[in-house]
Amino acid sequence: MNDRRKVDLTRGVKGRFIRDRLMTVVFTGAGWVAILFIALIFVFTFREALPIFTEAEVAKEANLHEFFVQKVEGETIEQQYIWQPVGDVPKFSFIPLILGTLKATFVGLLFACPIGVAAALFSSEFAPPKLREWIKPVIELLAGIPSVVLGFFALLVLASWLQNMFGFTYRLNAWNAGLALGIALLPVVFTISEDGMSSVPRHYREGSLALGASRFQTAWKVVLPAALPAVFASFVLAFGRAIGETMILLMAGGNAAITSFSLSDPLRTLSATIAAELGEVVFGDPHYSALFFMGTLLFVMTFVSNSVGQWVVGRMQRRMQGES
Amino acid sequence: MKRVLTLALLLAAACGGDRRETPAGAAAPSGGSNKAITIKGSDTMVILGQRFAEEYMKNNPGVVVQVNGGGSGTGIAALINGTVDLAQSSRPMKDGEKADVEKKRNAKLNETPVALDALAVFVNSGNKVQELTLDQLAQVYTGKITNWNQIGGANAPIVLYGRENSSGTYEYFKEHVLAKADFAPRTQTLQGTAAVINAVSRDVNGIGYGGIAYAQGVRPIGVKKDAAAAAVEPTEANVANGTYPIARNLYFYWISTASPQLQQFVRWATSPEGQKMVENVGYFPLPETTRTSTQ
Repeated sequence: MNDRRKVDLTRGVKGRFIRDRLMTVVFTGAGWVAILFIALIFVFTFREALPIFTEAEVAKEANLHEFFVQKVEGETIEQQYIWQPVGDVPKFSFIPLILGTLKATFVGLLFACPIGVAAALFSSEFAPPKLREWIKPVIELLAGIPSVVLGFFALLVLASWLQNMFGFTYRLNAWNAGLALGIALLPVVFTISEDGMSSVPRHYREGSLALGASRFQTAWKVVLPAALPAVFASFVLAFGRAIGETMILLMAGGNAAITSFSLSDPLRTLSATIAAELGEVVFGDPHYSALFFMGTLLFVMTFVSNSVGQWVVGRMQRRMQGES
Repeated sequence: MKRVLTLALLLAAACGGDRRETPAGAAAPSGGSNKAITIKGSDTMVILGQRFAEEYMKNNPGVVVQVNGGGSGTGIAALINGTVDLAQSSRPMKDGEKADVEKKRNAKLNETPVALDALAVFVNSGNKVQELTLDQLAQVYTGKITNWNQIGGANAPIVLYGRENSSGTYEYFKEHVLAKADFAPRTQTLQGTAAVINAVSRDVNGIGYGGIAYAQGVRPIGVKKDAAAAAVEPTEANVANGTYPIARNLYFYWISTASPQLQQFVRWATSPEGQKMVENVGYFPLPETTRTSTQ
């Protein structure tokens, strides 16, 4: 051991240099792996959906026209756009599913965004320091509840409670699913908004208070606008999460693929459809390719919403700093 | 250079191997190890399958039987794709599916009924409707009849509960009651008969369908073949003598290249010992003539 006269590669100036390069490669590699995962997921999902465009036998039943435009005999839109992939004449319209996804997302955001922002405002501006110290971890605990538990709770307890209070015809409807979804989105909105509000520089608040504004006026008219990029970013993240949420909507939404704008009707989302039906399809079926196309659609929707959100947030931040 | 490398990596991954061929090829010898028998399929039959498994494993130590649900469609797809050698199904396989199995698995398909079931229609215990004709049922579930007072109940909207389209019960109901028409889009689809029963028991205006073994907290209604016939309750006697209009077999589908342990298990299920399990769960055993003797 001591006889060896080899250069110890991890010591000395040369060693430091090599260590540095090694860690750079490791971190860069890790970053690239993350990007590669996302790209590969998209590639593989889209590859399974490709027969819609390349194979005639599959395209006969499952094609873009069928997904987005095809109408069946009927007087109301509820009768015209149908998703019933199993039967003699399979019907693959995505319209009821897209509508269901949007309805649930809308109710979820309606619940989570105002309450989340208000809670964040309270936590960063009005709460005494002791309270603030445990409010944040408690709300973040809400994020730790598995979505299947939330869905179960909504299915058994929340649905009956809502039906007793509002007299819905359908026990499982968009309000029920959206409310449960809102509970899942609340921590997302809260955490990011609260972070944004806490990082508003102190001199903003001090200046406002010095000019005679009340604490509420300061919070509402100075801190909140200053934190708007973060608040909006939290909304975008919540939207992305809501679009992709599967388990809550599968259990609490009633799973009826209806083309209806009413929030008291049951709904079925894209993600719930994939979760429920992918187990039974045979490889190469039109149904199989349609479900994978649905997955690609979800991926693209989330990607686009995140990108648009980031762009808007970037613009807001630049405007806040007076650059544009 | 980095960009080219990444792009090349992506393309290579995308072109790598046609996945479609591998599952069937890899699973061709047997769906699992020699000692483990894997069964997949009908949610209606999943409890029955588990009882079979428990009793069989008690009597035959060293054999492991695993039972999964997912719906008859899932089980049949798994049989075609090569993931299992035995599928439970609450509906008969279609000709196209049978041809698929024999082609992709290179083996003969065997169909073994293991129990009889009455497809019961359930309403909430507080609902005063006692019986419906098959035609009325079809109209309710295709959305043509929407209020209970059109079929002898109170003035309230009918809330439809059904099964996912992977379910054999769904397909059987669609074929034999709806005459292949589409379910109304308002039918709320639930996972498993137990979930349907749960929903109907909590909803005074609900109606649902499922295997008779699950009836807890709801009331099965009598079904009339037509307006003139008498209402028939879903009981064992009525299924055995054929008067209940929507009775069905519950099947095991297995391939001829399955392991001898699996074939032994199937024989056991149709023997008097196995059939005792059927009664245990709440379904109806096969008529004496179609049972096998224990080996």
